[in-house]
Amino acid sequence: MALLDLKEVTMRFGGLTAVNSFNLNLEKGELVGLIGPNGAGKTTVFNIITGVYRPTAGKVYLADEDITGFRPDVITKRGIARTFQNIRLFGSLTVLDNVLVAQHLRLGASPLEAVLGLGRYWGQEAKMHERALELLAAVELEAVANEQATSLPYGQQRRLEIARALATEPKVLLLDEPAAGMNPAETVDLMDFIQRIRREFGLTILLIEHQMRVVMGICERIIVLDYGQTIAEGPPAVIQRDSKVITAYLGVSADA
Amino acid sequence: MDRNNNLLYTLIAVLVLAVVLAWAQTGLFGLVSPWNPYTVRIMNLCAINIGLGLALNLVNGFTGQFSLGHAGFMAVGAYTVALLVMSPAAKQMNFFMVPLVAPLDKIQVPFLVGIIMAGLLAALFGLLVGAPVLRLKGDYLAIATLGFAEIIRVVIVNVKGLTNGALGLKSIPGHTNLWWTAAYAALTVLLMVRLVNSSYGRALKAIREDEIAAEAMGINVFYHKMLAFVLAAFLAGVGGGLQASLIGSIDPAMYKLPLTFQILLMVVLGGMGSITGTVIAATIVTALMEILRFVESPLTLGAIHLPGIPGMRMVVFSLLLIVVTLFYNRGLMGDKEFSWDLLHSRRQTKQGVTQ
Repeated sequence: MALLDLKEVTMRFGGLTAVNSFNLNLEKGELVGLIGPNGAGKTTVFNIITGVYRPTAGKVYLADEDITGFRPDVITKRGIARTFQNIRLFGSLTVLDNVLVAQHLRLGASPLEAVLGLGRYWGQEAKMHERALELLAAVELEAVANEQATSLPYGQQRRLEIARALATEPKVLLLDEPAAGMNPAETVDLMDFIQRIRREFGLTILLIEHQMRVVMGICERIIVLDYGQTIAEGPPAVIQRDSKVITAYLGVSADA
Repeated sequence: MDRNNNLLYTLIAVLVLAVVLAWAQTGLFGLVSPWNPYTVRIMNLCAINIGLGLALNLVNGFTGQFSLGHAGFMAVGAYTVALLVMSPAAKQMNFFMVPLVAPLDKIQVPFLVGIIMAGLLAALFGLLVGAPVLRLKGDYLAIATLGFAEIIRVVIVNVKGLTNGALGLKSIPGHTNLWWTAAYAALTVLLMVRLVNSSYGRALKAIREDEIAAEAMGINVFYHKMLAFVLAAFLAGVGGGLQASLIGSIDPAMYKLPLTFQILLMVVLGGMGSITGTVIAATIVTALMEILRFVESPLTLGAIHLPGIPGMRMVVFSLLLIVVTLFYNRGLMGDKEFSWDLLHSRRQTKQGVTQ
């Protein structure tokens, strides 16, 4: 049984078919890469999984539950978290508050209890703080916990975004180009980091990435999208030699 | 700075304020109030405007949803208080064109009940208005809330059997005094401080910062927007009710857009997302509204003689807003808050420099 299962998902925007009959099986604990040229429909797939878009056709299942068309916040509650291609932190909030916000969905106390400081609220708030600091420690950001989120350097903002996603207690983590804009040294760090959080938090990860070094280095399986269609699927070694993939990325050679 | 000291400072500040208010309202230990009724009235208006400003700041500043419907909710509160608190005899005098509908013409409730009902009814309107309009964003939300406030006003003009139409209501019992208004302002400040610093407050700020990211973090955006909007409507209703009882007469023309803008001015001047800012700006603007009355009377400046121009005060406020936005483009306080620690650390650094 697959943890995340997309069946024949199609997304049309007017006359444009962004994703066409896309299938995806994510087994628990897998780390799968989703690659393809610009405009291939990778981020659209993420937006369908997370409920930002409702697919024109097809179904999305999480642990056998049909979650197609659920609201984004409900899907996050069910256990799918994501990061964004263009970082979307809560800019004017502190680093700590960014991680605390992401735990709000598990808060049981009502607004009244929170305002009056009654009953379970204080216990829950204290636990949230404790957990936020643990997460910040895990991504090595505890030293900047009280800084404003936008004041962090780029690489730290990326890690904060991942920490924030982890704070929602996901089963599946979707990373949209985590290595974008990183230099080679930062990229190597990131690869180690992804491997580490995957182990520590028992995550299943789907990764969009353009840097082949990252994708080939850490993914067990790669799916290649082009014009909304899956053109290849398999382990990195196979994908690298696939003629369709090479054509999609580099075009057809003159003597072919 | 340890928390016990801060708590002590706060208690002392509250106590001092309470003594001053008691003195102003009723006189103290045989000392008669040093302030004339006019000054006390302005103090009342300040306190009401603090509450109204904070309510608007909750939606516009903390949640980032630009609402212009405040006057509508104030109108609901004002009419509720008037209709519930006035004596049957007074009602009969007001409704000489069309009689007041059946049960209301006999009902008279205590002021507190009337105020609470004003808040609840305004909150109900907030719920009804918020459900459709909070799906909109930015300019569209501003226009839609503005439209709903106008609808409320037009309905008040036309449902003569309930509101006395354009004639308005006169001789509303003047229960509002400094105790009521100060309690309203203080409880609103307390509520805001607790809410904004709670997990719910963080969620509201997250929605302001990035709605898509907030949703992706599992925050039910619509529910939280509604929470802020309905709470603000409740507070606006209570404020409107207190104001009605202070002024003594209301009519629909009071609750037009300029009233919302007056409150918005306080929020923007003080800083969107700052409780302290709203408190300061509401006090300054309310006081200036009175102090600046002289600019509307005929003036002689040397050789130039100016006739009295009604509305000149608003020109001064426009200039004030321009100056503040030029030099403090996020309002006087930005999104900063007052704290004892702030004062203390400033003193410490000063000492550090002199040593």
